[in-house]
Amino acid sequence: MAQIIVFLPLLGALIAGLFGRAIGERSSEVITSSFLVVSALLSCVVLYNVGFGHETGTIQVLRWMESGDLSIDWALRIDTLTAVMLVVVTGVSSLVHIYSIGYMHDDPHRSRFFAYLSLFTFAMLMLVTSDNFVQLFFGWEGVGLASYLLIGFWYKKETANAAAMKAFIVNRVGDFGFALGIAAIYFTFGTLNYDEVFAAAPEMVGHSMSFLGADFDTLTVICLLLFMGAMGKSAQFLLHTWLPDAMEGPTPVSALIHAATMVTAGVFLVCRAAPLFELAPVALGFVTFIGATTAFFAATVGLFQNDIKRVIAYSTCSQLGYMFFAAGVSAYQVAMFHLFTHAFFKALLFLGAGAVIHAMHHEQDMRKMGGLYKMLPMTWILMLVGTLALTGVGLPLHLISDALPNLGFAGFFSKDAAIEVAFASPGTFGPYAFWMAIIAAAMTSFYSFRVLFMTFHGQTRADEKVLSHAHDAPAVMMVPLIALAVGAIFAGGLFANSFIGDGQEAFWNGSILPIEIHEAVADDGHAVADSDGEEAAAHDDGAMSILEAAHHVPLWVKLSPLVVTLFGFLVAWYYYISKPHLPAQMAARNGLIYSFFYNKWYFDELYDILFVKPAQRIGRFLWKVGDGKIIDGFGPDGVSARVLDITRNVVRLQSGYLYHYAFAMLLGIAALVTWFMFSQGGGQ
Amino acid sequence: METVTLPAIDIARDMGLIAPEITMAVAAMALLMLGVFQSDARSRLVSNLSAVLLVAVAAFVVMTTGEPKLAFGGSFKVDAFASFAKVLVLCGSALAILMSRGFLHHEKLERFEFPVLIVLATLGMMMMISANDLISLYMGIELQSLALYVLASFNRNSARSTEAGLKYFVLGALSSGMLLYGCSLIYGFTGTTNFEVLGTVVTGGEMNIGLIFGVTFLIAGLAFKVSAVPFHMWTPDVYEGSPTPVTAFFAAAPKVAALALFMRVLGDPLLPLIHEWRQIIFFISVASMVLGAFAAIGQNNIKRLMAYSTIGHMGYALVGLAAGTVAGVQSVLVYLAIYLVTNVGVFVCILSMRRKEGMVEEISDLSGLSRTRPMMAFALAIFMFSLAGIPPLAGFFGKFLVFFAAVDAGLWQLAVIGLLASVVSAFYYLRIIKVMYFDEPAPVFERGIGTEMRLILTGSAALVLLFAVFGGPIISMAQHAAVSLMG
Repeated sequence: MAQIIVFLPLLGALIAGLFGRAIGERSSEVITSSFLVVSALLSCVVLYNVGFGHETGTIQVLRWMESGDLSIDWALRIDTLTAVMLVVVTGVSSLVHIYSIGYMHDDPHRSRFFAYLSLFTFAMLMLVTSDNFVQLFFGWEGVGLASYLLIGFWYKKETANAAAMKAFIVNRVGDFGFALGIAAIYFTFGTLNYDEVFAAAPEMVGHSMSFLGADFDTLTVICLLLFMGAMGKSAQFLLHTWLPDAMEGPTPVSALIHAATMVTAGVFLVCRAAPLFELAPVALGFVTFIGATTAFFAATVGLFQNDIKRVIAYSTCSQLGYMFFAAGVSAYQVAMFHLFTHAFFKALLFLGAGAVIHAMHHEQDMRKMGGLYKMLPMTWILMLVGTLALTGVGLPLHLISDALPNLGFAGFFSKDAAIEVAFASPGTFGPYAFWMAIIAAAMTSFYSFRVLFMTFHGQTRADEKVLSHAHDAPAVMMVPLIALAVGAIFAGGLFANSFIGDGQEAFWNGSILPIEIHEAVADDGHAVADSDGEEAAAHDDGAMSILEAAHHVPLWVKLSPLVVTLFGFLVAWYYYISKPHLPAQMAARNGLIYSFFYNKWYFDELYDILFVKPAQRIGRFLWKVGDGKIIDGFGPDGVSARVLDITRNVVRLQSGYLYHYAFAMLLGIAALVTWFMFSQGGGQ
Repeated sequence: METVTLPAIDIARDMGLIAPEITMAVAAMALLMLGVFQSDARSRLVSNLSAVLLVAVAAFVVMTTGEPKLAFGGSFKVDAFASFAKVLVLCGSALAILMSRGFLHHEKLERFEFPVLIVLATLGMMMMISANDLISLYMGIELQSLALYVLASFNRNSARSTEAGLKYFVLGALSSGMLLYGCSLIYGFTGTTNFEVLGTVVTGGEMNIGLIFGVTFLIAGLAFKVSAVPFHMWTPDVYEGSPTPVTAFFAAAPKVAALALFMRVLGDPLLPLIHEWRQIIFFISVASMVLGAFAAIGQNNIKRLMAYSTIGHMGYALVGLAAGTVAGVQSVLVYLAIYLVTNVGVFVCILSMRRKEGMVEEISDLSGLSRTRPMMAFALAIFMFSLAGIPPLAGFFGKFLVFFAAVDAGLWQLAVIGLLASVVSAFYYLRIIKVMYFDEPAPVFERGIGTEMRLILTGSAALVLLFAVFGGPIISMAQHAAVSLMG
């Protein structure tokens, strides 16, 4: 079954990619989409079997490579962590496939588009089903490639090409670290298989390795390098710049790759490598710090963007930050839970935005929208659902009475859980993460409702001609949206117990943090604890206690997300419904903070000065001077010029005068005789 | 000192051994008579008969190949090596006669002396190849050279042709002087002119500086014949000035004969002195390869270019000789066979470069040949690729064997220099292809090069192209010949 799930998308990609022209656009769409639907249904079965029936295992597909001690398999490792990802990936992917049939129906290259989508899905599935770091890397690069191809799908658009390259190049930075991390794992453990590495990891605690000329704790180095890859792929602070630009791609791509699946690969990596991260407290602290910073940073940038997709993109970035700091405080289950719910509501938001853009004839600027809820009632409702899920609206009835269940949208369960574990974390960065997350939650609420208000409410600012044609998208686009909306409403409440509640231990079944390893840490950790104090001690408690502790945080902590969400909502209401002229004035005043946030903290400009310009200068130098003057000058060009010089001189010898020729002959014989006179004379 | 018993002269037996040469000599006289007593209109008959004669003698030589035998008191040797080289020379000469006819007809040079002179020169070459004594060596060289001097100035109304003949004669005389001086030194220090005796004397005696001087002068004389640097200066001028069929002849058969003689002298009696003569061969080989590669780049005249090409190729052939092993001699023989075929093909193309106003010889005249005469351009491209040594054409195998033999003998430096030189030389070979295929067409050449020319062109192109498939027998025959030379 797992093989079918993984390889059906590949088959679809091959059929649509290689024979797309022959079988026609429509067939390509139908084939790839139906394959994905089959995959998605089977994935649900797998999740049920694995999560609740505990049928885990690893399926060997092929021996990939064998070199010395190193042997790598193509394998499908099926455990709960993988199964969750399978459902997320194939579920969202199949819906996006179907949605794209409607969204892309004017495009002349649909076969190619669907081939790329399916190829992406295959690579992502390889990534999540891998049982070793090399196959993981294969999938990792595969999704990067598909992302590049899809961002630049409209390759005639210059901005799309630039964005595709930017995504690829920024990811190179992260992947460089990731590749080094994998190499460091092999160097340290002599194997790249997850089980073997994780089993051997506790013995490596306290060891150090030489890196960049200094000695560091081995596991810390490995984890930081792995996390560097995760930062690139998941667009975390400092390596985030590519994600907003990636919105140049078609909107379904943004929903699938740049919201629901690929960008969460980094979170998946950290959760998958949890047994390593658990032993590297410094790295975990770093993860928490970066995650919290990203959550805050991206939210601030999202506040004032006018492009509807960019707002959602920054929102994605911010939510990924939530996942990371949750993982950083060892609450991997919470991170995965937020990943799971986020996939639904963020894909919903993106596809909803796509429906709006579709209706508005590819207008993405919210300043040219407004009052659309009359024309797009269904879309409005669905976007509202997405917004409520993202902002985490819900009723914490559980607080009132233990008998009552919590009611709320998906984000309510997962995001609040993330905030609570951050508060409960005894780690250095716990409080930092908590406060960042609270502020970010307020801003999330603000910008989410701002999107809703600017797009659907108030006076319309759109062109009348466009407006007269605006209507809800066809069924082929609406059905996937409804399916996602259902997920956005119910995924949180239904799965909270399994993912992070009392049932989590049974549900995860050791796939996130193998118990025995965890205990080994507890025994082993004391030595570290003595020297490292609080931080290491925190890890003695481990993930279990984090989840436990999160239940017992003070009431104000539990309520604060709701309160700040309400606050954000009210501010948005004030600015965009009751006083809609204010934002324009603010923008016109161009205040310091406004510009700073609006211009994304000037990261693009900073990177341009720090990296892009110097790189171009170095490139130009190497090209003009290094290659042109030195290599070509002394190499090919120089040699050929010398050849011509020699030729000219040699030809000049051929004077045509007989006595010159005779002289040359005599000179030759004289030289030879002289040579022998001395060499032989010396010998005798 | 061990003594060598040379066979006594037995006229009947010896005449049998040199029957091919006798036939050539007698037939040459007969053809001369035929020409003299017939009008000029019959010169075609003479040339036909000459070609038939050369082919017939070649067949005769093939049939009489056997164990090595000495004749006339050891001054003449018949062995497989001699047969191989003689067949090459005879074929080259026969082809030269066939190729010359169209040209001579158009240039009003159709005279019966031309084929007769070629036959006489060929006889001289056969003498050279079989020479087993310094005297017979000199006799062969002079017989060949005198005929060639006359051929070079065959178009006596042309200043260029007579200049070429004169230069060749004067410089040739100088080289003969050196050769003779070398011979006399060798005789003076060893007391013999016979190669068999010389071999034992050199082996047994101590290294004598006088003897080495003699060998040096001898090599200088022979190097002149193969136009090896620095004794090459005559080559470009003579090649350019001589009538083109003569150039075609110069570039083929005499080089084979001279190199065969080189191998005979250095590989058999003087082999004990290999340490000394290898230094000379090393030097002139490197100088030839390098000069051939560099100087040809500056040429615009295709005959001059072929002159430098020849110099370079003689350099490559000398690499195999420098090895001084059976494999080395074998590689040189194969190299010569390939070189002969390729050169014949190239000169057929050059002889086809005729416009209404007359023959043209500039490389630029070949512009756009691929569009005006695609088959000829294709054939010429094959020859150029082969001369540049690009696999899988014949030229590649020639170079490969030569370099392989050199490396085997520890002369890897030679192989390296040779490879570098062939890289440089590839430039001008490829330039011709570029001119033919990528430049705007020049005025078209006249049609109708004649059936025999077309046959020669096709045959040589096929041989060059398919050497990889059919080259095996040639390589094994060359090995047989090399073994018979070096024992």
